[in-house]
Formats: sequence, structure tokens, C-alpha cells
Amino acid sequence: MTTTTPTSPQAAAAARAVTTRRPAPRHRGYARRTYPLWFYVPAAIVFGVLFVVPTFASFYFSLTRWTIFDSEFIGLGNFQQFFSEPALVKGLTNTLVFGVVTSAGKVVLGMALALLLTAPVVARGYLRSVVFFPVLVSTIGVGLTFQVLMNPTEGLINRVLGAVGVDGPAWLVDPSIALLSVAAVDVWKGLGLAVVIYIAGIVSIPAEYFEAARVDGAGWWQQFRSIILPLSMPATSTVVLLSLIGGLRSFDLIWAMTRGGPGFTSDTIASVIYKQYQAGFYGLSTAGNVVLFLVVAALAFPLSRYFNRREVNL
Amino acid sequence: MRRPGAWLLGGVGIVLTTVLFVVPFLFIFLQAGKTAEEARLLEFSWPSEWAIVENVRAVFEARDYMLVIAFINSTILTVASVSVLVVLGSMVAFVLQRRRSRLNPVVDFLILSGLIIPPAVVPTIWVLQGMGLFRTMLGLVLVEVAFGMAFVVLLIRAFVSTIPRDLDEAAIIDGAGPVRLFFRVILPLLKSVIVTVVVVQSVAVFNDFANPLYFLPGDENATVQLTLYNFQSQYSTQYNLLFTNILLITIPPLVMFLFFNKRIVAGMTAGAVKG
Repeated sequence: MTTTTPTSPQAAAAARAVTTRRPAPRHRGYARRTYPLWFYVPAAIVFGVLFVVPTFASFYFSLTRWTIFDSEFIGLGNFQQFFSEPALVKGLTNTLVFGVVTSAGKVVLGMALALLLTAPVVARGYLRSVVFFPVLVSTIGVGLTFQVLMNPTEGLINRVLGAVGVDGPAWLVDPSIALLSVAAVDVWKGLGLAVVIYIAGIVSIPAEYFEAARVDGAGWWQQFRSIILPLSMPATSTVVLLSLIGGLRSFDLIWAMTRGGPGFTSDTIASVIYKQYQAGFYGLSTAGNVVLFLVVAALAFPLSRYFNRREVNL
Repeated sequence: MRRPGAWLLGGVGIVLTTVLFVVPFLFIFLQAGKTAEEARLLEFSWPSEWAIVENVRAVFEARDYMLVIAFINSTILTVASVSVLVVLGSMVAFVLQRRRSRLNPVVDFLILSGLIIPPAVVPTIWVLQGMGLFRTMLGLVLVEVAFGMAFVVLLIRAFVSTIPRDLDEAAIIDGAGPVRLFFRVILPLLKSVIVTVVVVQSVAVFNDFANPLYFLPGDENATVQLTLYNFQSQYSTQYNLLFTNILLITIPPLVMFLFFNKRIVAGMTAGAVKG
């Protein structure tokens, strides 16, 4: 079979256009018999029962005091609590900070590393592998490792900083930067994915553009500003969307590194959901789920629309 | 860029990335090789005597061979959920790509939702409880299938469009039904994308922490990620064993990475860039 190589979306669209223009050689009912809709059924049952039903149920149960077996309707009480208790409000703002900071970090550093790794430097393959590998490693393992590396006195990071005369911060123990420390580790772990997405974007830019720019006397910075940056917009939108959705939902890393501490200064909605679940406040926990749903949806859906428009305009 | 600056830049880049990305793994390895007293110092140093064999044995034996049971549990979970995902996901992807029906926009919307919406935790437990599947391996497998379905369908659907429809027609003319067509003709042709899906999803399920934590609690049900967590509290000062455990559960993803590096990158970027 020589047909298994993936074709570009444009080619696929063209092929589809051709097949639809051709008068259908098949008799009526061909599609119905060849591609039966019951193929959807097994997947739809699992997805429906364990994803769609809980999602809809969460809207109701978030309005109740709930013990799994009984629920008592209490209106918006859970949400009121969610937006009035400082610990829970902190979780909401932290979630936004964490999502934005990690996305920004992955975009900037991902782009920088991708530029380095598409340039003709030695040991390119080695570097790409080294940067990508953390993506595949257990988040909990990474979290516990960095918890040790970020130890304020004994940790490797502050020892190295101390050796060059810098007084390192207390990282996870300092309430004012605990969340940002976790965000830094999240960037470290997820950067590899951003880099490979950017590399795919940059190598797909036709070489003629760079040649033409060089003939016109454009320097490195101008080439970056006027060619690479706009033409890797699809890659940027992918990186932003992926890391934003991942960052807003992030639980494993925060739980492994700080458990939301010190106090509740690095709690996010996801860790609040778990804490309230453990404490037996199922209704409140589910309200947290609904808030998280609204936050993610409110950011992700418009962003994907915005990026789609930008790409068309290019 | 044949300037000396490129060499310098490359050199700095190599040194920086090595320090930032290799040192943490080297640290894990060195800590796993140390004795308990030496590991407690948390120094980035060569072990004065290698105790890795003893550490591995101690980690496996701890808490009645909990890690062995966890590896078995994780293997069952990964193999079962990824197999089900591949079969059900490619059935959906096949019909979705081939047949235009009024359901298509609905399915597209469900895929987008599945990718974006965070699963509702306690309501999922409630549903599992209602079916008698809470705290069961089957329940967790189905949860992993439900949560992974959107990504798998997205990935496979893009590939189905590269298989010519003429093959379907030929098979039907030869008297095959839809089931035979799918399992005998289409599924074998999807091999290359299925390998990608299997590798990417296996790593994801194997590394999953939150879902086993919520839906399959209990020591006897632990998956490998949870043993890591249990270890930390039990050996709060025995860093050598903690890092040995981290090292051991990093091996399966490392093997996947060594053999399927290109596939993993292709799968993750393809699924992403589609958007």
C-alpha cells in the first residue's frame, strides 16, 4: 500500500471536492449500509455515561448539599461560599495566574529554543530529545524531584546560587512565590511539547521567503519579526491553547509539590476540588468543578475562535 | 549562518539545556544509587558506595510488595484502556470521516468538548457508584476510555481521509459487510496511526495520577503513580528509596521514548496542530 502517507489538509480538501463533484456511482443507501451509524454506539455509550452525564449532573449537584446518596437543594449557596471564602477565591485567582504564566513561559521559551534547534547547531538531535523527554515522565516524579531540588537550604538550586554569591529564594516555602515556583517546573516539564510544535511550524515556512528577505537586505531580527513570527501563528495558537487548557486544569504537579501550601497560597481550583472532595463536601467540590468548567470554556472557546480568524487574515 | 557566532550560540545552548534538562535526571539516578545516610544530604555527588541493588530490592519489598502489585495494576489498566480506545475510537473516526450525516456537527462538538472540558469528578464517582463500578478496575478502565476518546478520534480521523474510498467499494462489491470491511480492510491500513495512538495514550495512562486517585482508591488497587506518593510519606527521610522508585517508574516511558521518539512527537504535534 502506497496510500498510507498522510496528505496535507489542502490536498485532502481538494480530493474531497473532486469526489463530491463526480456524480455518485453508488446507489441509494450505499453510505447507510457501508458506514452504519451504530459504529458510534459503543464509544457513545462510554463517553455519554462517564463524561456527558457527569458534566450535566455537575450543574445540578453544584446547587446541592450532597453526600453521594442524598442531595439537598440549597440554591447558589456553594457558589456563594466559593466566592466569599478567601481560601477558595485564592484558588480561582491562582488558577488564572498559573494558566497565564505557564502559557507565556512556554510560548516565549518554546519559540526561543525552537529557533536555536532549527538553526544549524551541533548536536541538534540530542538537544531536541533532551528537551522533549520530560514531557513523557510522570508528573508526580518530576514534582517530587523538584521539591527536593528547590529545598531552601539543602536543595541543589540554592546551593548553586549560593556558590555564585546569590541568596536563593525559599521557592516552595515562601508563600509569595510558591505558585510561581510550581509554574516554573510546569514550564520545564511541558516546554518540550511547545518546542516540537514550534519546530514543526518553523520548518514548514518556505525557504524562498528567507532568501527574498536576505536579498532585500533584511537582518536576522527583521526576518524573525516579519517572517517567522507571523507565519508560525498557527503553532503559537496551538501552544497557547494546549498550555492554557492544561495549566488551568493542572492538579498533579501542584499536589506533588506543595499540596496547595503554604497555607492555601498555591491552591488552584483543581486542588480545591480534591480537598473539598476529601473533606466530604461533595456539593462544594462539584461547584468548584463547574467554576473550573466556566473558566476554561470562557477562555478556550473565544481564544480558538480568535486564533482561527487571525490565521485566515494572514 | 556560517559565522563564529553560530558556534558560540550553539555551544551556550548545548551547555544550558544540558544543565537544565539533564542534571535533574542525573540527580534522580545518583540519589537512587546512594545509601540512606548519604542520600539524606541531598548533595549532587557521586555515591561513595553504590547501593542501587539494595535500594531496588527494598523498594519492591516495601509494604508487602506494593510496587509489584502496582506495576501489575498499571499494566492491566494501560493495556485494557488503550486497546478499547483504539478499537472504539477508530470505529467512530471511520464512520465520521466517511459518511456525512446530520450527526457530524454533533460529534465534532462532542470531540471539542472532550478536549476542553475538565471532567466533573464527584458526579463521575456518583455514576460509577450507581453502576457498581466505583473502586473497580473495570470502572477506571472505562473512565480512561471516556476521557481519552476525543483525542484518539481526532488523531485517527485525520488519517482515515488518506485511505481511498475505492477500497471500501471494492470490499463491498466483493460481498463484505461493514464489520468485515472495517476490521479486515480499514483497521490494518490504520496501523501507522494506531501505533502513534497506542504509544501516546499508553504513556498518558501509565503516568495518570488523578484518575486512579479519585476512582480507584485503596492500597491494594494502587497504580504506580500512587505508590510514589505513598512512598514519600512513609520514607519522608529515606530519599534513596523515593528516588529509586521514581527511577523505576521512569523506565517504561524511557523505553517508549527510545523506540518511538518520532511517533510520539508526530502524534502530539499532529493532534495539536489540527485544532
